Amino acid sequence: MRIAILGFGSVGRGIARAILAKNLDITVTGLADSKGGVIDPAGIDLAAALDRKGNGGPCGSPDVTPSDVVAKAEYDVLVEVTPTDVDDGEPALGYIRAALGRSKHVVTSNKGPIALAYPELRDLAVANGVFLRYEATVCGAIPLIHAMQEGLAGNTISRLYGVFNGTCNYILTRMAEDSLTYEQALAEARELGYAEADPTYDVEGIDAAIKLVILANTILDMRTTLDDVERTGITLLTPEALRLAEDQDCTIRLIGEVVPEAGVLRVSPRIVSKAHPLVVEGTLNAVTVGTDLAGDLTFIGKGAGSTETASAVIGDLLYIRDRHVQGS
Amino acid sequence: MKLEMKDQPGQLVAALQPISAVGGNIIAVIHQRETLAATEVLDVQIVLELPEEGSLPKLLELLREQGVSVVRIGEQRLLYECTLITIGHLMHTDLSDTVDRIDTTGSAEVTDLSLAMPAINSPSSARITIRSTTRAEMKKAVQILRNVAEQKDLLIIEPLEGI
Repeated sequence: MRIAILGFGSVGRGIARAILAKNLDITVTGLADSKGGVIDPAGIDLAAALDRKGNGGPCGSPDVTPSDVVAKAEYDVLVEVTPTDVDDGEPALGYIRAALGRSKHVVTSNKGPIALAYPELRDLAVANGVFLRYEATVCGAIPLIHAMQEGLAGNTISRLYGVFNGTCNYILTRMAEDSLTYEQALAEARELGYAEADPTYDVEGIDAAIKLVILANTILDMRTTLDDVERTGITLLTPEALRLAEDQDCTIRLIGEVVPEAGVLRVSPRIVSKAHPLVVEGTLNAVTVGTDLAGDLTFIGKGAGSTETASAVIGDLLYIRDRHVQGS
Repeated sequence: MKLEMKDQPGQLVAALQPISAVGGNIIAVIHQRETLAATEVLDVQIVLELPEEGSLPKLLELLREQGVSVVRIGEQRLLYECTLITIGHLMHTDLSDTVDRIDTTGSAEVTDLSLAMPAINSPSSARITIRSTTRAEMKKAVQILRNVAEQKDLLIIEPLEGI
């Protein structure tokens, strides 16, 4: 199977390393990020591209843009893993449209385009007879979308709720463990690389809210936008509040919740019994899916990270290969 | 409640039927035959939940009609409990007014309050336990608290389950 990779940051490199390390029968014929690109129908030398990037250089020639790769490279699947933009989804949205328009399958980890334009992209994929897969957009390594689309097919999902943001979970875990203030726990998360210099996207619950929108729109047949999510972050939490919860064998977690029938779509700090399966430590994610036939299922795993997100992308690639792509 | 009925087939059903007739929910039936009692009377204890406060007199009347006598009634009015945490300038925004707004509903009450005030001018945190007569009343009480929080710029942390 031939793929083209757009984006050579943490996720793109994780995918390249996994392809090099494992015999997955995947050939990369196009590769580009914002600084440069390569097109090679015979297969790009990924180890060399990783070296160039590792030495602070571009992954390829500055003359080759991501749009060139989308339009000109010979590939079966476009792997779109560029940074996300939650306002208009660009430039990723344009790349995905162009690839689907060329009847190429698309696998993405990019939340923006899926949250903003899933119905349109799905219709475009169907019209062109190709797959659009996006497992890596929600909870990194946890195969939540596969589980709900395949394993739980036929179930009606009545409620979907959990810990969708590892950064917030880390901060809250530390505040509870050592009575740290929010500011102290955030500083620690930054030092460990769990929080961005500007943590707004995580700590205000925006990241979790986008994941809810993706699940609501793609799995639960809802038509929602980020503005529909009732959202409260964790910035105002105090160590005293965590202690008050602790006194009753509870703790506080940032919980994203969708209840389709009641129209509930919200992200907010909630009091949760410490015995609840959703109470996970550190940067883990955990999601409970309430269904009619299967009952409640809880998925726990790593929600971010280079290799972990690559796992979700590769799962999607092999899904497509096993169902559709002929030869390679 | 503790009931007394004749020790004859069909009597227990006769005693339970009025409960469902008034929309009540039977939680437990404790039915002990005392070996020493040579009487033909059977003692039964029933734990049940009624949909509204007004249903009790109606239930007692129906039981009397069935020939069942009620020996004792122990009533717990506020069956539902919910604990929330609030953060903000709780004293400056009149905490007792916040509590009053729930208490004045008549069907929900703040029954426990723990307050932590770390320093002057920094936000305080409180754990509030509310008890209510029904689940619907609890939803109302929590909604009142949400509205108050919005007016007073407080953060409310709700439990994951139980509202």
